[in-house]
Amino acid sequence: MLDELQDENRIVLTGVGLAAPNGDSLEEYRSALLAGKSGVQPFETRYIKQPVLAGICHFDEFRYQKKKERRRGTRAGSVSIYCANEAIRDSGIDWENTRRDRVGVYLGITEHGNVETENEIFEISQFDYDTKVWSHHHNPRTVANNPAGEVTLNLKITGPHLTVGAACAAGNAGFIHAVQMLRLKEVDLAIAGGVSESIHTFGIFASFASQGALAWHEDPAKACRPFDVNRNGIIVAEGGGICTLERLPDAIKRGAKIYGEIVGYAMNSDATDFVLPSASRQSECIALALDKAQLSADDIDIVSSHATATEQGDIEESRALKAAFGDRTTLAINNTKSFIGHAMGAAGALELLGNLPAFQDRIAHATINLDEQDPRCDLHQIVANRPRHMEKVEHILNNSFGMLGINSVLIVKKFPAEHGGVFE
Amino acid sequence: MTPPEIRQVIIEILERIAPDEDLSNLDDSVAFREQMELDSMDFLDIVMELRKLYRVQIPESDYEHLATMDSTVTYLTPLLKDA
Repeated sequence: MLDELQDENRIVLTGVGLAAPNGDSLEEYRSALLAGKSGVQPFETRYIKQPVLAGICHFDEFRYQKKKERRRGTRAGSVSIYCANEAIRDSGIDWENTRRDRVGVYLGITEHGNVETENEIFEISQFDYDTKVWSHHHNPRTVANNPAGEVTLNLKITGPHLTVGAACAAGNAGFIHAVQMLRLKEVDLAIAGGVSESIHTFGIFASFASQGALAWHEDPAKACRPFDVNRNGIIVAEGGGICTLERLPDAIKRGAKIYGEIVGYAMNSDATDFVLPSASRQSECIALALDKAQLSADDIDIVSSHATATEQGDIEESRALKAAFGDRTTLAINNTKSFIGHAMGAAGALELLGNLPAFQDRIAHATINLDEQDPRCDLHQIVANRPRHMEKVEHILNNSFGMLGINSVLIVKKFPAEHGGVFE
Repeated sequence: MTPPEIRQVIIEILERIAPDEDLSNLDDSVAFREQMELDSMDFLDIVMELRKLYRVQIPESDYEHLATMDSTVTYLTPLLKDA
């Protein structure tokens, strides 16, 4: 075991910062998930005449950011700055004495720039489309690296930063990129995860509405209904989930608290359709991640599903999960979007993080709003409406899929408490 | 607008683009940059705000007139006399 603890290819999560529609910290968020508390609310958005619902965050933007920085930047940048600072604070890293040139920032995004472009077009429309009033801030706000770049400005990080554009697979993709960069020794500390500001663009709502995939319910808390026969589409959410990641020997050396070890991951592509998912490629992606982790499907205790509450998406993922895991009853399959909606670039990260405390309490949080399971989602392991107590939780598998057929799977293993694992 | 009214307009613009600054002790004869954290993008914000509010076009060659409150008000007074 001692030699294994010195293995520099082992990458662990050592700090968590998050902004979710139903919680501004892991503790709050986890409590909300266990209590069945939704974060979906009515939302005002430009142009769209029908009532709109969204997962809206309520974190304090100015806890770590000056008003002027916020004004210059973007909502995605602000979410990222909040989460990154929270993660560093939570990690207990001696930040003042950390070499900032050895820190990398890798943030998954579904899209970036739509919010600012829509805002500027609206602004010039008030001036008869005179482009002379188009803001000089538009370019720095809309460059694709913006959210990660704002984190480096705020925290004076001089190592590499970039965003990982990966549609709704982006949260996992941010973590995966961090694992790779740490293994390559490109950085000594990675600040990684996924973020989204998407609710501030009307286009995402209008596009899902045109696609017939925008959810609505008179009770906002009941609007997002993955696997339910009466689901009617996606609830768009904003948010962020960012972690500090380190090589295991470094983490042990500084006495870090370790939330878990990333033991497996995989990404692949459907290569079949712009929008429609593929069960075959998804199950292949799961198999690839299990193979990389040197695990079998029977080793997984909780599957955090991606299901967005669209008919095709839920059915295809159900088929993929059935193919990968069969009907084993000791498996728990849950879904976070039923609480907070689809947090796009942040989804994969938030959905993983909300499940991590299960290593401690051995409770799989529920999938809420599952009143009548769609028979075409033929899964017997879904944790319906109430949390489930588990015999053991050693491995969590996190699915995150996106448009253009991008699939990502991440597997996190509980880390022993005697070596720094935060969960006993 | 009168010079005092123009000064008030500039104060309100500064409050928006530098919301963390205390402007109550601003010295009108000293350069903004020596009293506040303002960079070139912030100065462009002043120009942009004036453009949006009063359709005033300030050529780049005249930006030097926006160094202090006094010089800014002096520069803008003829441009905004009918505003």
